[in-house]
Amino acid sequence: MPKVTWILHDGRSISAEVAAGHNLMEAAVANNVPDVIGECGGCLSCATCHVYVDAAWYEKAGGPGDMEGEMLEITTAERRPMSRLSCQIKASEDLDGIVLHVPHI
Amino acid sequence: MADPIVIVGAGQAGAALAAKLRALGYAGPLALVGEEPVLPYQRPPLSKKYVSRELEFDRLVVRPPAWYGEQRIDLHLNSAVAALNPADKTVALRGGTVLRYAKLALTTGARPRRLPPEIGGDLAGVFTIRSVADADAIAPRLQPGKRMLVIGGGYIGLEAAAVARTKGMEVTIIEVAERILQRVAAPPTADYFRALHRTHGVIILESTALARLAGEGGRLTGTELKDGTHLPADLAIVGIGILPNDDLARAAGLSVDSGIVVDGHCRTSAPDIYAAGDCTRFPWRGEPTRLESVQNAIDQAEHAAAAMLGEQRDYNPVPWFWSDQYDVKLQIAGLNRGYTDCVLRPGKREGSASVWYYRDDTLIAVDAMNDALSYGIAKKVLEAGRSIPKAMAADSAADLKPFLTSSAHH
Repeated sequence: MPKVTWILHDGRSISAEVAAGHNLMEAAVANNVPDVIGECGGCLSCATCHVYVDAAWYEKAGGPGDMEGEMLEITTAERRPMSRLSCQIKASEDLDGIVLHVPHI
Repeated sequence: MADPIVIVGAGQAGAALAAKLRALGYAGPLALVGEEPVLPYQRPPLSKKYVSRELEFDRLVVRPPAWYGEQRIDLHLNSAVAALNPADKTVALRGGTVLRYAKLALTTGARPRRLPPEIGGDLAGVFTIRSVADADAIAPRLQPGKRMLVIGGGYIGLEAAAVARTKGMEVTIIEVAERILQRVAAPPTADYFRALHRTHGVIILESTALARLAGEGGRLTGTELKDGTHLPADLAIVGIGILPNDDLARAAGLSVDSGIVVDGHCRTSAPDIYAAGDCTRFPWRGEPTRLESVQNAIDQAEHAAAAMLGEQRDYNPVPWFWSDQYDVKLQIAGLNRGYTDCVLRPGKREGSASVWYYRDDTLIAVDAMNDALSYGIAKKVLEAGRSIPKAMAADSAADLKPFLTSSAHH
């Protein structure tokens, strides 16, 4: 299964294997990653699963879609060039090893 | 050992309340009691990707099974509460177990309103959508060519209609009011969704009253309308509203008014008993209010957790909601109760639009269809207690993004 690593604002990291096809918000919640909340369950309505994709992985993960890009306007932590809503990124073999930085909220 | 905090109701509110108690440092004993046999799960997908079989149940659970052990939460699933006794601070579970509590939280949720048996509400083939068991019963019946009736043109009915139509069923929505979404949205939003469903081939009958659901041998065969028309059907989904689960509280002598009455600190009328979520009626903007939403389930539950640990702050949310139908995402910020006016703002993309609700000149809510920017801006503005001039909202050429920053003055 693809491996995902979340790096928290205090430098701690959490890694987990995530079933391909599952999104990285639900994976974060399942693995108790703090500050990734996912209140709307992954339906693009709360922007509480905001992460910064590590620069080495951003291109592979791809940029946000139209609606996601609009929701990134209302994140609690500042929007940066690598900002994504993690509910819109699906685990896959292509993204095996992906690193996400979790903003403090 | 100290008596536990007991949470009655293991839905999204109950799970959120338990999680927040732990997150805030409560280390004492904690019990979560739920009637359903399964772990707390997300209900919104039931009428969307779960009933359509795009999502499996293990992806609906709000926390993985191991989490409850890690957090030392004493789970009592498949456990209905027979009685609550505030005088001796106990809850009696059906089956005989009695739990003492130091503090109690009621997160009992709501149940669907049903059609009475006298008009066929109990026929086989007639369903509501509230629980995973409901959705599991419906899912295998969503078959191409079969005929589905949707009783009630609210969001749950429209979502079910969208799923069924996508599966190739013949779908008819029957709404007794003069238009769909009458109770929850303004005419422009209703117009948008009526057109969407008609484009997809759903038949929508508004101002149409049901006489009875018809059956043979206890099984649904169709419906008879008040005007005498008979419509054959293989399946009916009833989406005519929900009722708060306040019976337990009422029987225990707590103040109840179509919902368990709580104050801004989520306290009921009984000492050390709190309540949160769909089951409550709470003061919001000067009026007793019930909200039926995941936002309220989670936010009020987290607020209740903090209040149980001594925080003294009033719950004052900006409500938000969503619905998914076909390829349209509806996002709602605020509550349109008491609106005096609304304006339609065409979106930047094909099929995107938003409806902005005002009470006099103050923005109170927005329905955004495939227009996350309008939703996002409205949500931020409402959370900041500000407004956007009506004329600007109605002008699709006006840039509203400056309102995202609190320094903007207009």
